[in-house]
Amino acid sequence: MKTPKATHVKTEPKEVSKDKSYKLEAKNIDVFYGDFQAIDNISLNIAANSVTAFIGPSGCGKSTLLRLFNRMNDYIEGFGMNGQILLDGKNIYDESVKVEELRKKVGMVFQKPNPFPKSIFENVAYGLRIQGIKDKEFIEERVVESLKNATLFNEIDGNMDKQALALSGGQQQRLCIARALAVKPSIILMDEPTSALDPISSGKIEDLIDELKEKYTIVIVTHNMQQAGRVSDNTAFLYMGRLIEYGDTQKIFTNPEKDRTQNYITGRFG
Amino acid sequence: MSKSNSGSINDKIFKGLGITATVSCLLILVVFLGFILVQGLERLSWEFLMSLPSRFAEDAGIYTAWIGTLWIFIITALVSFPLGVGAGIYLQEYGKDSKLNKLLEINIANLAGVPSVIYGLLGLEVFVRIMQMGNSILAGALTLSLLILPVIIVATREAIRAVPSSVKDASYALGASKWQTIWKQVLPASFGGILTGVILALSRAVGETAPLVVIGALVYVPFVPQGPLDEFTVLPIQIFNWVTRPQHEFIVNAAAAIIVLLLITFVMNGIAVYLRNRWQKRINW
Repeated sequence: MKTPKATHVKTEPKEVSKDKSYKLEAKNIDVFYGDFQAIDNISLNIAANSVTAFIGPSGCGKSTLLRLFNRMNDYIEGFGMNGQILLDGKNIYDESVKVEELRKKVGMVFQKPNPFPKSIFENVAYGLRIQGIKDKEFIEERVVESLKNATLFNEIDGNMDKQALALSGGQQQRLCIARALAVKPSIILMDEPTSALDPISSGKIEDLIDELKEKYTIVIVTHNMQQAGRVSDNTAFLYMGRLIEYGDTQKIFTNPEKDRTQNYITGRFG
Repeated sequence: MSKSNSGSINDKIFKGLGITATVSCLLILVVFLGFILVQGLERLSWEFLMSLPSRFAEDAGIYTAWIGTLWIFIITALVSFPLGVGAGIYLQEYGKDSKLNKLLEINIANLAGVPSVIYGLLGLEVFVRIMQMGNSILAGALTLSLLILPVIIVATREAIRAVPSSVKDASYALGASKWQTIWKQVLPASFGGILTGVILALSRAVGETAPLVVIGALVYVPFVPQGPLDEFTVLPIQIFNWVTRPQHEFIVNAAAAIIVLLLITFVMNGIAVYLRNRWQKRINW
C-alpha cells in the first residue's frame, strides 16, 4: 500500500499573517486518514498567552486538530491534509520547516502520563540532551527550574534521582509537563491531560495550567466540560470533524449561539 | 449439581494429565543427564580439556574442539549481532507496508524453518567455494550466522514491538529525531529482549553440527587454530566422531565432551534468563 503524502501548501510571502496578536492560526484545514475525512474545513485563531479548550464528543476530531499543531499526525499511516497552520505567521507544514525544530517550540502533554523509564532528572533533561547540550550546570539549572514551574520540585524534596515510574500518576503527569517546559516552548498542547488522574491530581494540573498561561499559549483537549469552563479563556466545540462554535468560554457555556453546542454542554448528547 | 461435579472431575483429570506430561519430559531429561554424567564425569579432567586429539582414547582431549567452538562462537556473534539487530530495527521501525518489505518478512519467516543442512550446503557453495575461504573458521562462522540471523531478527522485532508507542510519542514531541528516539529510548528499553534472543540463537549455533560437517570442518585437527582462516573442529563434531568409534573408551570421551558442551549451553541460557529478568525489573511500564 502506498502512503498518501500530506499536501503541504507553500506559504507565499503575502500570506504571512499581519495580525501578530495570534499565536496560532489554522486556515481551511481538511484532514484525511485514507478515505476518512477527520476534519472538514476548520479555521480558527488562537491568541498568545491564552488557554483554548477543544471540546466535543469522541471522534469529533479535536485530538487530530490538536496534533496538527506539532505535526504528530505525520506518522499516522494514510494521513493527508489541506490548508495551513501558521505559527507566528509562518506555515509549519512548509517544506522548509524542520519538524524537530517545530516541536521544540510546541510542547505536548499526552492523555496518559508517559515518562521515560529513567530518573526524574533524566526525564526532564532529555529534551536538552537531544539538542546536543552538554553543559552540566546549565542542564541542572534548567531541570530544577522546570520542576519548580511544574510544582513538582518540592513534592519530591528535590530528589531528582528517583525513578520517574515510581511517582504517582498525577506527579508523573506534572513531570511530563516539566519535561515539556525544559525545552522552553512557547506553546503547550495538552491532550486530555487529566483523564487518567484522580480529582485532586486533576485539580493540581488545572492550577498549574492557570499559572503557565502567563508565559505560554496553551491548547487543551478535554472531555470534562467543567474543566473546560474552569481553565480556558476560549472554547471550540467540534462535532463530526466540523467546528460548530468557537469563542469566549463564558459565552459558549452560558449563551451559545448554536443549539448543538447548547445540547452538548448541557449533556443532552455526546 | 452433577454438572459442577463433573466439571471438577474433568479439572482433576486434566490437571493429572498436565502433571504427567511435565514429569515425563523432565524425567527423560534427568535420565539422559544421569546417563551422561555417570559415563563421562570421571573422564573429565584438566588434562582432558587441554589435550590434543589422539587415536588412543586415554590420551585424547578436547582442546582443539573447544578452542574451535570458542572461535566459531565469537565470530558468529560479531557477524550475526549487528546484522540481525540492524535488520530487525529496519523492519520494525523504518520498513513501511511496501511489497518489498512484505516479501522480506515472509522470506525471513521461511528461512527460520529451513533445515540446517541446507544452510551448510549454501555455506559450502558460497563461502567455501565461490569466496574461496576453504573449510575455515570464517566460512563456518558465516554459515552459522546465516542460520541464526532469522531468529535474531524476529527476536529483535518482538523486543522492539514491546516498547510502548507512548514512549516514542513523548520522545518525538520533545523534538527528537527518529534516530534519536530509536537510539535513546527504543533500544535501551528493548535491549534485554534483544540480548536474550541473540544469546539463545548463539547457543543454538554452538550446538550445531550438520552445517559444519557439510562445509568440511575436520574431525581430526591436531593443532589449535591461530586465526579465522585456519581449519578447525568444534565440540559437537568431536563428539560425533567419538561416538562413531567402536571402542568403549571413546564413548566415555564423548560423554565427557557432552558434559562440557551442555555446560556451555546451560551457562549461556542462564545468562539469557538473567539478562531478561534484570531488564524486566528495571522497566516496569
